[in-house]
Amino acid sequence: MKSIKIKADNLNVYYGEKQALFDVSMYMEEKQVTALIGPSGCGKSTFIRCLNRMNDVIDICKVQGKIEIDGNDIYAPDMQVEQLRERVGMVFQKPNPFPKSIFENVAYGPRIHGIAEHKSDLEEIVVNSLKKAALFDEVKDRLNDAGTGLSGGQQQRLCIARAISVNPDIILMDEPCSALDPIATARIEELMGELKTEYTIIIVTHSMQQAARVSSRTGFFHLGKLVEVDKTETIFSNPSDQRTQDYITGRFG
Amino acid sequence: MTDRIEQRINSLNKRLNSEKRFRIYCIGAMSFALAWVLILFLNIFSSGYSAFYRTVIQVDVPFLNLIEDTTQFTEMSSEDINNLSMYSFSKKAIYGLFPDIEEKKDKKMLIRLFSIEFEQEIREFLKSNKSNINETETIYLTASDDVDQVNKGNYPRDLDEDKRRIKDIQLLFFDDLVDRGLVSYEFNLPFLMRGDSREPELAGVGGSIVGSLFTILVVLILSFPIGIFAAIYLEEFAPKNRVTDFIEININNLAAVPSIVFGLLGLGIILNTFGLPRSTPLVGGIVLSLMTLPTIIIATRASLRAVPPSIREGALAVGATKMQAVMHHVVPVAMPGALTGTIIGLAQALGETAPLLLIGMVAFVVDVPQTPLDASASLPVQVYLWSESAERGYVEKTSATIMMLLGFLILMNLAAVLIRRKFETKW
Repeated sequence: MKSIKIKADNLNVYYGEKQALFDVSMYMEEKQVTALIGPSGCGKSTFIRCLNRMNDVIDICKVQGKIEIDGNDIYAPDMQVEQLRERVGMVFQKPNPFPKSIFENVAYGPRIHGIAEHKSDLEEIVVNSLKKAALFDEVKDRLNDAGTGLSGGQQQRLCIARAISVNPDIILMDEPCSALDPIATARIEELMGELKTEYTIIIVTHSMQQAARVSSRTGFFHLGKLVEVDKTETIFSNPSDQRTQDYITGRFG
Repeated sequence: MTDRIEQRINSLNKRLNSEKRFRIYCIGAMSFALAWVLILFLNIFSSGYSAFYRTVIQVDVPFLNLIEDTTQFTEMSSEDINNLSMYSFSKKAIYGLFPDIEEKKDKKMLIRLFSIEFEQEIREFLKSNKSNINETETIYLTASDDVDQVNKGNYPRDLDEDKRRIKDIQLLFFDDLVDRGLVSYEFNLPFLMRGDSREPELAGVGGSIVGSLFTILVVLILSFPIGIFAAIYLEEFAPKNRVTDFIEININNLAAVPSIVFGLLGLGIILNTFGLPRSTPLVGGIVLSLMTLPTIIIATRASLRAVPPSIREGALAVGATKMQAVMHHVVPVAMPGALTGTIIGLAQALGETAPLLLIGMVAFVVDVPQTPLDASASLPVQVYLWSESAERGYVEKTSATIMMLLGFLILMNLAAVLIRRKFETKW
């Protein structure tokens, strides 16, 4: 049994009057990939955005319950959200590099957190992050070119490099491959396999094959409820809930 | 079967024809608009271009008659020269063009070929060349407006004499001077340098250009930072509630308030309550800023809104504060749009007349302003002032001023387009 990194306890989330998540409780293991699957609108993105408090941006969003990372309540009043996000990086559905150079994209995080003291430190962080994101070889000659000029798959890996540049513990991935072609998807999946040795990864995905390929544990969401969470093999071979069974066999969703 | 095909072809032809008609309407509308712009430009240009030239007449001035030894001028200060009595001396120099005329009336007519400031022009020549004045110097003196207009062909010569401002004998003098090659036509630099004048041939737009530039500068300094900060706050930081809705509605309303109302506000509050100096570019700029602010705020908000939210999320997700996300990523992307809005707002302010009339920038100001605190005219108000004057010199100068104003507006709009092209973020 791996140690538990994130623990959600009776999480309820509301957008105004509408409740998006109902009593979600689950844990995620350290240095493992946890996949969240479910049909559109089931609340899996809402859940993952609670883990780095990205939902704070939405005025009408209200979160009840408790999320603990390493035993600390991240919704506690004394928790600083910027510090939390330094520890919990995020990669979005659509690649969103800043309209700046490749170097600046990766250097931005370390710079605002004051991680690098000298310019050479910063360069080292950028190079290492790009290497970890398996992008360095492709862009090493054009670090000053615009990040937005890369291909979709490269942009997404640039966003991964940006996320790991501030040395987080956890990386949240919100459908990171949905805008990519199969080849780029394969590269990102391969990358996740490498990254999980260092980082705890939570991935939201629409592709059940992807969840099966990359994750060790999988949670199935339906209509805002966590229906089932278990080892990935168990979910895909022998689910205990009929709804999970129906979903993974393609009967709905 | 063939019936159905025919039916389809007919219906298709109908649709194609209606598209053709639609295109013709569009082209017609565009041509109509363009034709009016062209007519406007042609009209203004054809009546205004001659104001950029002026008529001067060569006069030999025998300085020896003023003083025994012309080298003595070297030691005189400007003030000494100002104190010299030169009026009858200058007149005699002009009489020298036609030594034969005896009658006082004819002499008077001859003097009237020249601008009323001929004495001053000779004095200025003396002041700037005092160290090397020859016994006799040839000076180009400004011709009077009537002569200028005759020379430009703007003035009908075939009217009866009593219906003309220029008399037969003056025309005789003038034609003789032309034959002797003493009349020349030169670029009207004083028009661009001088302030307003009661004499059309001496009036210039220099004062109003400087006044307008000072005004625009004040508008820029005030409304650009205030507008940008207000827009950033409203768009990025303000909570969405009734108060901000109310503010938003009022900003949009402010953009639609007639400009003369801002003039009244300026008169009532800025001049009367705060007691700032009347007729100055400072006050004009403050009043026009009120008018420009909503334009800048609306344009800036629109360009902030156009920045994809994913950029904000990307910055927040690496732990940037809200302000860092906005200032480092959103504002730079929105800046070209904000600058474009600002320039368009400034261009509007440059052409605005009504509020300036109320705060007294309509005064007759001869001096070119040195600071934004000096009384001054502005280009659109100068147009307004001169368009009411009857002399032909003012008619061409009105059009010439409009040309300058349009020139500035076109330049500003061009700058806006260039900024947008150059700095726009490519996604």
